[in-house]
Amino acid sequence: MHDAQTQPTVYHKNSLGGSDIKVEVRDVSVSYGEKQALFNVSLDIPDKSVTAFIGPSGCGKSTFLRCMNRMNDTIDGARVSGSLKIDGAEVNDRAVDPVVLRASVGMVFQKPNPFPKSIYDNVAYGPRIHGLASGRDELDAIVEQSLRKAGLWAEVSDRLQDPGTGLSGGQQQRLVIARAIAVNPEVILMDEPCSALDPIATAKIEDLIDELRENYCIIIVTHSMQQAARVSQMTAFFHMGSLIEVGPTEEIFTNPLESRTQDYITGRFG
Amino acid sequence: MALSKHAHIVTAYGEELDKLADELARMGGLVEMQLVAAVDAVVRRDASVVPDVRKREAQVNAMQVDIERRVIRLFALRQPLATDLRMTISALRIASDLERVGDLAKNIAYRSKDLNTFAPLAVLDRVERLGEIVAKQLHEVLDALSSFDVEPAIRVWRNDDEVDEHYNSLIREMLLSMADNPALVGPGAHILFVAKNLERVGDHATNVAEAIHYMVTAEALDPSDQPPR
Repeated sequence: MHDAQTQPTVYHKNSLGGSDIKVEVRDVSVSYGEKQALFNVSLDIPDKSVTAFIGPSGCGKSTFLRCMNRMNDTIDGARVSGSLKIDGAEVNDRAVDPVVLRASVGMVFQKPNPFPKSIYDNVAYGPRIHGLASGRDELDAIVEQSLRKAGLWAEVSDRLQDPGTGLSGGQQQRLVIARAIAVNPEVILMDEPCSALDPIATAKIEDLIDELRENYCIIIVTHSMQQAARVSQMTAFFHMGSLIEVGPTEEIFTNPLESRTQDYITGRFG
Repeated sequence: MALSKHAHIVTAYGEELDKLADELARMGGLVEMQLVAAVDAVVRRDASVVPDVRKREAQVNAMQVDIERRVIRLFALRQPLATDLRMTISALRIASDLERVGDLAKNIAYRSKDLNTFAPLAVLDRVERLGEIVAKQLHEVLDALSSFDVEPAIRVWRNDDEVDEHYNSLIREMLLSMADNPALVGPGAHILFVAKNLERVGDHATNVAEAIHYMVTAEALDPSDQPPR
């Protein structure tokens, strides 16, 4: 076994067992068939805050992100153990309906993936299937509010019936965020949300993330160290399936305590 | 020379950081030479080094400009993080302190010309002693800089009170002599400036020690650990 899998996680002061915890993770491991992809991850993710997961490709950060809304359920041979609680409720409990869970844990992917429907229907889809609106007026209100929160309303209010796929990449990503917000999520997961966007579209998404954190718990996976530094308050570094170090973003980027974190963020051979 | 035992994946980036550290070490060496030459000029009453000091002073200034340019370039193009970030920002601070030490050394050397127009003063051996202590402080802090060693830096930082003690007693003695004998006011005023400049060099050495401490440990030195001034 590589020592990455046996050494304990380094927690910066107050980054475990603090107050206002939205997601409490204890000893979560994930295997795909014979291959173990994640080793005993324990982590507290604060509410109304942005937490960044960083680490090289294959380090387990996306696997871990997928535990939050049980996306690993959809993969044959995937086994998840340990405890992952959102607001104290166990996500892996059999009684939990993954469809309902995924409404409260929204996800934004690397490539914007709007439905091949109108801008309006993209946002209205979730509230419709979850029965969140009792009539057309209420649905209109949810759509407008969600598009406003996603910073897209001014750009699309006069063409809500146009196809969502006709928008620019950055607008599509904000549309997808509006779609996630429309069902009142508890947590928003973002997996490399800006990697397909130009710097201006990226800046708009980052600005949006900063606004959204007033109301949501946001978790972002990013390969851009600068992006993690810009948008997050907490940063967690993963390496070879283990959580190596967690702490306030400023501390992680100025004074990482673990040499593997140091080597990764300064761009050195570890 | 690096804070991390591992090499950068982007070789050119690693080389730029190494060059910055090398340039800083060279600047330190040059400044140290300036200080020793300046004190020597005053104590030995030999102003012949002044043209050399002036020449090197221009070099020191150019090096500070060069280090600043390198640091700006690293921030703009490489966005250094963690130890690299601390090293880069510390280089900027240290270069600015070293440049000031260079200025002070030059001032001291220039005073030697004026002092030579007066008869030698008994207090010169006290000046020599203060100069030795300050030069030692500077030398040790520059050693700490090239070895990334925090212990000698802390020692230098704590030792600043020795500089201050010598400075204060020298000033007292000079003022008393001047009060006793008004003919000493002319050369005495120069000595007061020389002593003040040396004391300031000591302060810059402690600033460098603080920057080294931050660079290596990411923490500021705690002022309560330093003997009161």
